[in-house]
Amino acid sequence: MPGLRLHLAVAVRSFRRWSTYRAATLSGIFTNSVFGVINAFVLLAVWRANPGAGGYDATDAVTYVWLGQSMIMTIMLWGGGAPSDLAERIRTGDVALDLYRPVGLLSWYLAADAGRAVFHLLTRGVAPTVVGALLFDLRYPDGPLTVLAFALSVALALLVSFAVRMLVAVAGFWVLDSQGLTMTANLLAIFFSGITLPLVLFPGWLGEVAMVLPWASYLQVPADVWLGQRTGGALVGGLALQVGWAVLLLGATALVLRAAERKVVVQGG
Amino acid sequence: MPLIEARDLRRDFVVHRRRGRLRRERDVVTAVSDVSFTVEPGEMVGYIGPNGAGKSTTIKMLTGILVPTSGHLRVAGVDPSRRRTDLARRMGVVFGQRTGLWWDLPLRDSFDLLARINDLPAARYAENLERFTSLLDLTALLDTPVRQLSLGQRMRGDITAALLHDPDVLYLDEPTIGLDVVSKARLRSFLRELNRERGTTLVLTTHDLGDIEALCDRVMVVDHGSLAFDGRLNDLRAHAGATRTLVVDLAEPGPAVEVEGAQVVRVEGPRQWLSFPADASAAPLVAALAARYPVADLSLQEPDIEQVISRLYSTARPG
Amino acid sequence: MADVLAPARPRPAAVLRHARTYLRLAAAWVRSSYSYRLSFWLMVLSSFAVNAIEFLAVVFIFANVPDLGGFSLREVAFLYGTTGVPMALANLLVGSVEDLGRSIRTGTLDQMLVRPVPLLVQVCSDRFALRRVGRLGQAVAVLVWAGLFVDWSPAAVLLTLVALLAGTAIFFGIFVGFAAIQFWTADAAEVANAFTYGGSSLTQYPLTIYPRELVAGLTFLVPVAFVNWYPALLVLDRPEASGYPGWLGLASPVVAALVLALAGLVWRLGVRHYRSTGS
Repeated sequence: MPGLRLHLAVAVRSFRRWSTYRAATLSGIFTNSVFGVINAFVLLAVWRANPGAGGYDATDAVTYVWLGQSMIMTIMLWGGGAPSDLAERIRTGDVALDLYRPVGLLSWYLAADAGRAVFHLLTRGVAPTVVGALLFDLRYPDGPLTVLAFALSVALALLVSFAVRMLVAVAGFWVLDSQGLTMTANLLAIFFSGITLPLVLFPGWLGEVAMVLPWASYLQVPADVWLGQRTGGALVGGLALQVGWAVLLLGATALVLRAAERKVVVQGG
Repeated sequence: MPLIEARDLRRDFVVHRRRGRLRRERDVVTAVSDVSFTVEPGEMVGYIGPNGAGKSTTIKMLTGILVPTSGHLRVAGVDPSRRRTDLARRMGVVFGQRTGLWWDLPLRDSFDLLARINDLPAARYAENLERFTSLLDLTALLDTPVRQLSLGQRMRGDITAALLHDPDVLYLDEPTIGLDVVSKARLRSFLRELNRERGTTLVLTTHDLGDIEALCDRVMVVDHGSLAFDGRLNDLRAHAGATRTLVVDLAEPGPAVEVEGAQVVRVEGPRQWLSFPADASAAPLVAALAARYPVADLSLQEPDIEQVISRLYSTARPG
Repeated sequence: MADVLAPARPRPAAVLRHARTYLRLAAAWVRSSYSYRLSFWLMVLSSFAVNAIEFLAVVFIFANVPDLGGFSLREVAFLYGTTGVPMALANLLVGSVEDLGRSIRTGTLDQMLVRPVPLLVQVCSDRFALRRVGRLGQAVAVLVWAGLFVDWSPAAVLLTLVALLAGTAIFFGIFVGFAAIQFWTADAAEVANAFTYGGSSLTQYPLTIYPRELVAGLTFLVPVAFVNWYPALLVLDRPEASGYPGWLGLASPVVAALVLALAGLVWRLGVRHYRSTGS
C-alpha cells in the first residue's frame, strides 16, 4: 500500500529531524528529571499527611509524577509538534502548496507528529523514567497485559492531543491572530491533564468532571492503566473514553480541514 | 597615523573531529596566518578571497568580536579586543547575510534603538536619519517591519543603521550578496559618495569582483589565511602574471605572425590573437606588427579580474 | 586578556548609565509590543493564569491534607509569594537572557558585540517582554493575601522587603549564570530552567518536605533557600523548623552578593570563550 509507505517515510523523516537536536534533548531530559524530583517530594509530603489521598498510595503518587514528566514531550502537553508547523504554514500562506498534494493534510501531519512522538517517547519519555526509578520506589505494570494496555493508552493520548493541537492550528485559517486560542488551549491542557496535580486530588465535582474531559486522556488515564488503578471494566471504560474523544476530535478536525480547503480554493488563500 | 595596523595577525581554531563513534580528535586549524597590513584613513579597501580563506575571521578581529591568537592589532590607535565598546562608537559593521535590524520591528524602531545604544544626540540622529534614508530611498519604508523588506531594502536599512553614528570606518561583509543589478549599482554609487564626502574608510569583503572594480583602489587577496597580494588593482593584474590580448585582423589569412614579446595563441582565418604580459606596453608591439604585416584592424583585450584572481590562487597555493 | 577576567568594578556612575540604557532599550520594546494591544493583554493574562493555576494546585492539595511538611496553607502561601515575587521580578528584568543560544545561532550576538553597550545589558533587554508582569501580579496577589495573616512587626516588614530584593538578585544571578552555559553549548537552554524555574518551584513549599541533602544543596550550592526560606522562618516566627541556625535568615543580602559575583564571573568566562571560538 503506497499510502502507508509514504506516511511511514514522513514519520521517519520527522523522527530524524527531531533527533538532530542532541544537546537540546539532553538538557530537556535533565530539566524533566529535576522537576520530577521536586514534584515527587511534594506529593510524598501530601501522602505522608494523608496516606490514602485520592485512592493512591505514596508509591502510586511518585510513579504518577515520573510518568507525567515522561509524557510532557511525548504528547506535547504545552503545545507544539507537527501542528505548530502547520500553523506556521497557514500564517505564511505556504499551506496552499500542501493542499495540492494528493495526500490528506490530516494523515500527513499525523504521521509527522507520530514520528516526533516516538522520538520523544524513546528519549524524553524513557530517560526521566529511568532517573525516577533510580531515585525512588516506583510501581511497575503487573503483567504483559497491563503493558499492552498502557502502550495502547499512550497511543490514544497522542491521538487526542494531536487532534486538539490540530484544531487550534487550523483555526488560523479564519482567525488572523490565534494567540488567544493557543493560550487558552495550553492553559486547559496544563490544568486538566493532571500534570500540575493528579486529577485524583481535585476536590468534589471538579474532580469528577475533570476525569471525563478530553485532557484526562493525556496523562491521568494512561497513568491509571500503568498503576493498575484501572482493571476490568474500568480499564475498558478508560480506553473507551480515550477512543471516544479521539474519534470525536479527529472527526471534527477533518471537517474543519475540509471547510478550510474549500475556503482556500474559493478565496485563493 | 594609519587607521588600521595589523602585524603578524593570527587566529587559530581548535576543532574536534569525530573519529568513529566515540573517539574525537583535536585539531588546530589556522584561519588567519600571520597577516600584516595597514589601512590609512579614507582608503577604500577590498578584502577578497575564496570561502574559508579567513575573510570573516579577520573582520571579526578588526571589530573586536574575536580575540586574535597572536600578533599586533590597532584600530584607531586601540586594541579592538580590549577596547571593543569604545571602538564601537567609531565603526559601523554590516554583515551581509545577517541583519543587525530587529526582525519584528518597523525599520524606524530599529534605528531609534540604535540611536539610543549609541547615545546619539537627538538633532544629529534626526539629521543623519533624514539624510541616509533619502539617499538610500528608504523614507517610504520606515514604518514597515524589517521582515517584510526585500533583500535589497534590508541591506540599505542595515547600511543606514551602521552609519547613523558617523563612524570613521565602515566594515562591509559581502554587502551586495543576493542583490539585483540595479540595487548593486545604487549601493556602489552611494558608498563612493560617502567616501568622497565624509572620508569614511571602507573595508569590504566580497565575492563580487564588480564591487572591487567599482569601489576599491586597493585590493588585499587572502588565500589559506595568508595575504597573497596587497596593492593597487592594476598592479594585481601584473602581479598575477596576467596577460593582455591583442586581436589582429590581417588583410588575408596566413600563418601565425612572429613578433618580439608576444605569442600567438589562436588563429582563425585572417584573425589572430596575440598574448603579451599585462604590464608591457602595446605600442611597440603594434608598431612592429604594422611594419611587417598587412594589418587591417586591431583591438586590445584587458585581462578580466576573475581570471587574474584565479591565476593568483593557483600560483599562491603552497606546495 | 587579563582585563577580560578582572572582577567587575562596580563604579556607581557606570552602573547607573547602564541601567538607564537598559531602561531605554526595554522601553522601545514595550512600545512596539504594546502596539498590538489585544495580543499584549492576552499574553499578560496568560502569564497571570498559568501561575494562578499553579497556586490553585496548592490550594487543592490542602483540600486533601491539613498541613504540608508541618506548614499551613497560609504559611505555604507566604513562602509561595516570597519566592514568586523575586522570581517574577528577575524573570521580567533579565528573563530574555534565556534566549542567548538563539542570538548565537542567528548571529545577533555578533551584532551586539559591535555596539558600544555592555553585552549583558543588550542581551537582557533584547525582546524585553512586559507581558511577564502577569506573573508578577499573580505572585504579588498571593503574597498580599498571605500577608494578611502574618503578625507584622517593623522588623518583619523590613526583613521581608530585604529578602524580596536579595531574592530578586539571587534569581538574577541564577538566570545569568546558567544562561551563560549557552556560550559553550548553544542548544542547552533548557538546563537553566531546572535552576531558575526549578529553584522557584522548590522554594514554593516548606523545605521540610525535602531530604536533608537536598536542603543542604539549596543552602550551599544553589542557594535559593536564601530567597525566602530562611528569612520567612523568622517572619513566620518558626526559626527552629529548618534545622539550621535562625540567623541564616539575615544572610540573604550577603548570599545575593556572592551569587551575583559568581554569575558575573561565569558570564565573563562565557564571553571570553565565545570570543576565542567565534561560534
